[in-house]
Amino acid sequence: MKSLLNLWVNGRPREDAVAENALLVDYLRDTLGLTGTKQGCDGGECGACTVLVDGEPRLACSTLAHSVAGRRIETVEGAGRDGTLSRLQRAFHEHLGAQCGFCTPGMIMAAEALLRRTPQPSRDEIREALGGNLCRCTGYVKIIDSVEAAARCEEVSA
Amino acid sequence: MNAPDRDWRRVGGVVEAPRGVGVRMPLVDGVEKVNGTARYTADLPAQGALVGKILRSPYAHAELLEVDVRDALALPGVIGIITGEHCDVPYGVIPIAQNEFPLARGRLRYIGEPVAAVAAIDEATANAALAAIRLKVRELPAYFEAADARKSDAVLLHDNKKGNLEREVHHEFGDSAAGFAAADLIREETFECAEIHHAMMEPNAALASWDAERGHLTLWSVTQVPYYVHTSLAQCMKLDPAYIRVIKPFVGGGFGHRVETLNFEIIAALLAREARGTVRLLQTREEAFLTHRGRPQSHIRMKLGLTRDGRMTACQAEVVQRGGGYGGYGIVSILYAGALLNGLYDIPAVKYDGYRVYTNTPPCGAMRGHGTVNVRFAFESLLDTMAAELGLDAFAVRRRNLLSAPTETINGLKIMSYGLPECLDWVEQASGWRDRASRSGGDGPIKRGIGIACSHFVSGSAKPVHFTGQPHATIALRVDFDGAITILTGAADIGQGSSTVVTQVVAEVLGVEHRRLRVVAADSALTPKDNGSYSSRVTFMVGNAAADAARKLKALLVTAAAKRLQVSEAEVDWFGEAAAVVGNASRQIPFHDIVEEALVDVGMLTVKGLFTCPVEFQGGKQRGGAVGSTMGFSYAAQAVEVSVDTELGKVTVEKVWSAIDCGFAINPMAVEGQVQGAIWMGMGQAMSEETVYENGRHKAASLLEYRVPTIVESPDIEVHIVESMDPNGPFGAKEASEGPLAGVMSAIAAAIEDAVGTRIRALPFTPDRVFDAIHRQPRPGASAPAAEQGAAR
Repeated sequence: MKSLLNLWVNGRPREDAVAENALLVDYLRDTLGLTGTKQGCDGGECGACTVLVDGEPRLACSTLAHSVAGRRIETVEGAGRDGTLSRLQRAFHEHLGAQCGFCTPGMIMAAEALLRRTPQPSRDEIREALGGNLCRCTGYVKIIDSVEAAARCEEVSA
Repeated sequence: MNAPDRDWRRVGGVVEAPRGVGVRMPLVDGVEKVNGTARYTADLPAQGALVGKILRSPYAHAELLEVDVRDALALPGVIGIITGEHCDVPYGVIPIAQNEFPLARGRLRYIGEPVAAVAAIDEATANAALAAIRLKVRELPAYFEAADARKSDAVLLHDNKKGNLEREVHHEFGDSAAGFAAADLIREETFECAEIHHAMMEPNAALASWDAERGHLTLWSVTQVPYYVHTSLAQCMKLDPAYIRVIKPFVGGGFGHRVETLNFEIIAALLAREARGTVRLLQTREEAFLTHRGRPQSHIRMKLGLTRDGRMTACQAEVVQRGGGYGGYGIVSILYAGALLNGLYDIPAVKYDGYRVYTNTPPCGAMRGHGTVNVRFAFESLLDTMAAELGLDAFAVRRRNLLSAPTETINGLKIMSYGLPECLDWVEQASGWRDRASRSGGDGPIKRGIGIACSHFVSGSAKPVHFTGQPHATIALRVDFDGAITILTGAADIGQGSSTVVTQVVAEVLGVEHRRLRVVAADSALTPKDNGSYSSRVTFMVGNAAADAARKLKALLVTAAAKRLQVSEAEVDWFGEAAAVVGNASRQIPFHDIVEEALVDVGMLTVKGLFTCPVEFQGGKQRGGAVGSTMGFSYAAQAVEVSVDTELGKVTVEKVWSAIDCGFAINPMAVEGQVQGAIWMGMGQAMSEETVYENGRHKAASLLEYRVPTIVESPDIEVHIVESMDPNGPFGAKEASEGPLAGVMSAIAAAIEDAVGTRIRALPFTPDRVFDAIHRQPRPGASAPAAEQGAAR
């Protein structure tokens, strides 16, 4: 059974007919074509599907789409502005926080939430915030370096 | 010795990278990864595609008598179902060991083996169809441990493999009897290494499209080896490879899981043909664990002889690998285990006996460090134990046994560059090894320790898996009226940065801006064949081919510049983006004009670069001698500092100092990233990773239960690059991604011993195992033996 879902995605209002049991990750990927958010596990274990809901990190694979009606969803596709990468996107790119890139969207969104609440995090605070995001390529070292580098930068202005 | 780091910068919002090699630059495909536009296989547009799903065997070992799909086929929305009847051609990555079918035929050999597959209009229908398929079987005795499978009364998993052995290897080089006789100290120890899995972040997926009008198949897949997938598809589908196209999109890691054709890839293609359309086969994380191809559980007996001043006189190793239900890479794995006992140190005599055993568990395969990792854990651990017994420092005993390049090992492996001494020097100094006694932590329950180890790996196998007579790597460069240079390569970028390597090589030779270069990779309709991303061959072989192509292109462009400038070629001053006359900089023409000239009469320029390993590098004459052969070994040394909570048995890896001899760092930042990833992966194997089966059923088939370390427990890893400038590598480069891994487990074991006085010889070092080892009192039900003293000579 589908019903109308209204919410905001990357700053834009959406109204879609969405099944009651649809997961947020499937709504984003299949209905909206925003495939940046990844599914890396069978539910709640890897963090690859991390998106922001009203600024808070949430696992889209474990969130019913209808449960976030009326909320503001942010995905990695919305992080930049007018073709310019956000400071986190740029930092992950320039400091090799991304190798295969599969965990990267979730990492960036989790790090974005961190920097909004803790603008100058320590390396341990970065570790704590990204503790639910698995990476198999980097050993995490350059991920931490990337978040630190982003914290040192001004954000791209609107 | 390091090439100067050339920082890149942004000018006016556009990246202007210093051109070429030795540059710390971001990956050329990195922007897509961070802005979410990179499309992995599950992201590819597939409107209207059918949903594919696989039915997997619930039996560990059984005769498969019947697969009844009639009820399933009758469900509305089920478009096609396939079983083992749809493909009677076995496949496998090693041409002489192809005993696997995409869908089981006649026999089920592990829980999780694909038995049937369904293409339906949606997921719910596909699941209903799977549930409606009925299997008729006769169960057989099943074997989950190598020792059980080898018993004389065991049922054979494959009728032609006596004793359930895929391969027995018996290699002896030098005179080990004499070597042991000459030793002042001989020790023999047993090591147990749990089976582990790649756990790459991207689950498996395939998108297969059958064009019924043209009889064409297109497959997009998560592969590291598009060429092997292509040949397997042709073989299993009895379809001319000319009618097949294999495309590799962005891939989310592999680490060896995807270095052979995987059953679901052929299944997707068969389903598409059966359904006469497009099928999207998305696999769960659990299915990735069941597909497996991981590092086999290994039982290793290692024996070493040393003189009293630490000189190695002989080594003897016996390795039993629990291989799972099918052949796969098994022959190569058991050969690698013996081959790379050599090539790290100077050992005059090595005797190796290896056994690759069939068991009713998911088939093992290649995993980062392929075959050499568990043996290195055993060797380095034993070396440490014996050095301590002789009162020798861990660095000193290793320095006592160094090789000197160029040389050839006793098993016929050539070594042309050898940076291990410099690696050891840096690690010793950076880790503060000489002052370590002062850091042990006092009287409380937390003890600290530090340990070291060395390791190495090949930069590609010098003899390819398929003997075709073709070059080992081919690259094409294309330049047309627009002046853009397109690099066409079959090389599979899986995040390691192969597309970036070829870009930097071409930029270096031609001197052009990176912005002029683009890479088209891994599309069989467009790009030259590449054998694939395995055995760390790509930087060395494809890098060399790229340099060859770029040099040829430069020659054509210099000729054109000379013509346009009306001077001889020797008088052309080449700047990459422009050319001028030597001694007269005012007479300058831009790249665009040079290309214009070059296109006259001939049109589009295409040049090909080739690389082939000469025969003399392809290993010894013994059966299996090609395995381990390479043109360049990477070398690594590392020191690991741990803290051990003796009340909990909990080990924390605090810091790693790692040095890598990668010949030359084409991209130092990428080398660091690869080394850090390798070290961390070795740490995972050491600390927490193991697959667990209960009567053949996988009990840890999730990322919660299969424990890869999170960022919270992962240490800082300092990387130092040593450049031995290999004479044959591109700009001196060798591999950097597999070598460092194999040393990590024994370095951690050594650090634990330094901290708490006990050496653990079984992986992983879980808290219960560490606790038992510390307190020398196994708790009831504990299966891992506490460390024991070696037998006296």
